[in-house]
Amino acid sequence: MATTKTADTALVEHPIVRVVACGSVDDGKSTLIGRLLAETESVPDDILDYARNTRRSGSTIPQGEVDYSMLTDGLEAEHEQGITIDVAYRHLYLPSGRRAIIADAPGHEQYTRNMAVAASTADIAILLVDATRGIRPQTHRHLTVCALMGVRTVIVAINKMDAVDFKHVAFEDFAGGVRSAAARFDLEDVVVVPVSALTGDNVIERSTQMPWYHGPTVLESLMQWLPARAEDHDAIPFRLPVQYIVRADNFRGYAGTVVAGSVHPGDKVVVNAKGATTTVERVLVGGQDVKEATSDDAVVLTLETETDVTRGDLIVAPAEGLAEDQYPRPATAFAADLVWTGEEELRHGRSYLLLAGSLAVPAVVTAIRNRRDVVSGEEMAARTLKMNDIGLVEISTDTPVPLDPYQLSRDTGGFLLVERVSRDTVAAGLVRHALRRAHNVVPHTFTVDREARATLKNQRPRVLWLTGLPGAGKSTIADALEGTLHGMGLHTYVLDGDGVRTGLNKDLGFTPEDRAENVRRVAETAKLMADAGLIVIVSLVSPFRGDRRAAKGLFADGDFLEVWVDTPADVVVERDPKGLYAKAKAGTLPNMTGVGQGYEPPEHPDVTVNGAGEVADAVAQLLDALQVAH
Amino acid sequence: MSPASQTSVEAAVAPDAVLDALEAEAIHIFRETAGAFRRPVMLYSIGKDSTVLLHLAVKAFAPGKVPFPILHIDTTWKFREMIEFRDRTARELGVDLLVHTNQEGVKEGVTPFTHGTHEYTRIMKTVALREALDEGGYDAAFGGARRDEERSRAKERVFSLREPGHRWEPRKQRPEFWRTANTQLSEGQTMRVFPMSNWTELDVWRYIQRENLEVVPLYFAKERPVVERDGQLIMIDDDRYPLKDGEKPEMRNVRFRTLGCYPLTAAVESTADTMDDLLAEMLVDRRSERSGRLIDGEGGGSMESKKTEGYF
Repeated sequence: MATTKTADTALVEHPIVRVVACGSVDDGKSTLIGRLLAETESVPDDILDYARNTRRSGSTIPQGEVDYSMLTDGLEAEHEQGITIDVAYRHLYLPSGRRAIIADAPGHEQYTRNMAVAASTADIAILLVDATRGIRPQTHRHLTVCALMGVRTVIVAINKMDAVDFKHVAFEDFAGGVRSAAARFDLEDVVVVPVSALTGDNVIERSTQMPWYHGPTVLESLMQWLPARAEDHDAIPFRLPVQYIVRADNFRGYAGTVVAGSVHPGDKVVVNAKGATTTVERVLVGGQDVKEATSDDAVVLTLETETDVTRGDLIVAPAEGLAEDQYPRPATAFAADLVWTGEEELRHGRSYLLLAGSLAVPAVVTAIRNRRDVVSGEEMAARTLKMNDIGLVEISTDTPVPLDPYQLSRDTGGFLLVERVSRDTVAAGLVRHALRRAHNVVPHTFTVDREARATLKNQRPRVLWLTGLPGAGKSTIADALEGTLHGMGLHTYVLDGDGVRTGLNKDLGFTPEDRAENVRRVAETAKLMADAGLIVIVSLVSPFRGDRRAAKGLFADGDFLEVWVDTPADVVVERDPKGLYAKAKAGTLPNMTGVGQGYEPPEHPDVTVNGAGEVADAVAQLLDALQVAH
Repeated sequence: MSPASQTSVEAAVAPDAVLDALEAEAIHIFRETAGAFRRPVMLYSIGKDSTVLLHLAVKAFAPGKVPFPILHIDTTWKFREMIEFRDRTARELGVDLLVHTNQEGVKEGVTPFTHGTHEYTRIMKTVALREALDEGGYDAAFGGARRDEERSRAKERVFSLREPGHRWEPRKQRPEFWRTANTQLSEGQTMRVFPMSNWTELDVWRYIQRENLEVVPLYFAKERPVVERDGQLIMIDDDRYPLKDGEKPEMRNVRFRTLGCYPLTAAVESTADTMDDLLAEMLVDRRSERSGRLIDGEGGGSMESKKTEGYF
């Protein structure tokens, strides 16, 4: 009974098992899946009728009998070509009550990326080998991709046994070959089943044609599946990527899906694996308080202390008692495998957007270590990666991010690379390990510090951050203010939005992500200048609150003053000093703030100046805020 | 594995566990969309799938409010009971309901009878939907579509990219790895989002039963006035339906498996007037629900061609 108990627990924890089916139409994959669907009563009767009465050209199945391959046919384009070009998802009701979702992946070489997609969520792979043809290069390719994407259980179906007279000898040859191939990939659980999808032998029922085989059928293998390593679930402790902030009266909660471990009220947690430990106050599922939430539960957490948590943050269990790789200390460089999915090849040094969970951060591939031959497994030198290539690279991010090794967690160890113009997904990345932890970079402490420089200049370095609509008068005010301060013998610098866009930030556009990066770089520059002892006046539209908040976060309290240059929209459009509003109105400037994109006014600006009023009044107000005599 | 141990395993998997997993997945998708897009909207078609979708949205953001409006494309040919249900539901849940009708089409007198079902659907549903999405400036729209509904849906993404003009290009769809969605859009692109992709029709009904959700009464059997045309039972919901000579509505015990425009939605004879009856009936009658939809029947890839035009 002990084993049954284990099975029960696994089934409750894995009510849905995800399967990737690999192999080509020639291997009889459609027929195998179709038969599994039909014989578990997972397809409606009218669809079965369709498969009885519709024939693809070249089909040898007599009319009136079910052509199982028709059950899994999808798009018209595929009908024409007679091949499967995209991943299709099918639902299989297993007799145990468990649900199987089969990702039907295309078999041809040019679709390695689609296979990787299907394998990325799979617990099990069903891999077809044609008994009349034996192990082929694609068998190795499928094993490579499955192993890479973290599929640990493989059911190898040696299909078309009917065509080799159900001979034991034929089967043993292939089974041995498959096993030795699988051994190369650290695949722990490999079942080899002799089947005939066409006649149904060993698909659902045990075959009477192959009395020499004593193992499970394909269906039985699916039903019996347990995680290859029971401890997989506990490979890393609690992880919650924050997707959304839920707000209600006197309520601020962090919503996301638990991707590892468990969480309870009272648990200690750390945001982004850095900074102070805080305590979970409440755990809610569907708006109801619960005592525990585990992997795959969609939860809302509240924290005991007021913490500035935003979308994209990762809430994790504290580091105490954990191995080094179980705690995702933020890092800015990683070694990672990439599956290249983009039409355009990988560009060394180009800035892509890295998406991990709900996190988005600019990233650059700094080195390509090798490209892997997916058939031989050989690692080769490479200058680039093309579509369907798999290779090992070094990647660096603009800001430190907490990522896990992929083999410990698909959710926090997998990422996407997105091309910044087309916004296409150009690669799936799998973290091997962090290369440079943020805490490894210890800034050298110099003798002459900020205070020393400020003292010499006899001033308090500060940043005045002027935000407002284009044409609000920011640059005019900045210019007048700097003139006044300079006249007073103070050391200043104006960082102007248009100025930085022709130099420092000329690689950036005007999408929200690029604007965020623009703001980040300007803020970092302003920080360096303040460190040098200057009073820095930033004149930048910086339309989004989040970006400005992040900028402010770089400075000590009181060193950063958010100044809202508040100018009514009609005044701004009237002024239109650069003709931008006219262009936006004509539709040639889609991301214009205030027209195509929203401007989020500051909620609590340190200073609000009237941009429609006298410039001198605004300057006086700002001098007061700086507490310099005038 | 012996048959005996299989039986004990069977007992262990409560259907509830599957529903819990599907629910969590849908909520994850809702939150990701609400967090990543500027102006999401939820398409609400009043049927059972929309009922579940709306319930999931409420759960996803509880104790907060659903942070986006719900949008109904009203062709003016919906069952009257649907419209009553729609307005009451929005009121009771306190969600922001938007209703859009293609006024141009109404002015031109477009009906299923005058323009044929394909053209009618294109003008009053597809064009109307595109209008409403453009007018609202929505960059993401939730729909209740499921992969088990129809063959071409099996390849639909959870996050389905639409090119400018709402065109669906099967070959430009993004690869979906793990739970990580690429929610980035370039100029003019929008996203359709399907949180219930992995649900089946049976899951939907079991969930409605478990969560004790109210659905439009048309799903349950009752005596209703119907005529039989080409083997399909059409309920005559008002006097706009052009009856042929000798055609006379007769009262029959019928219910609907899907709901849409009444002249295009076939009823089935049934006595299932409770949820238990309904589930029992579904386990026996194993035709796909879309067999009752008259608009899907035209040509093998009819759904696919509608989608490339911008249909959900």
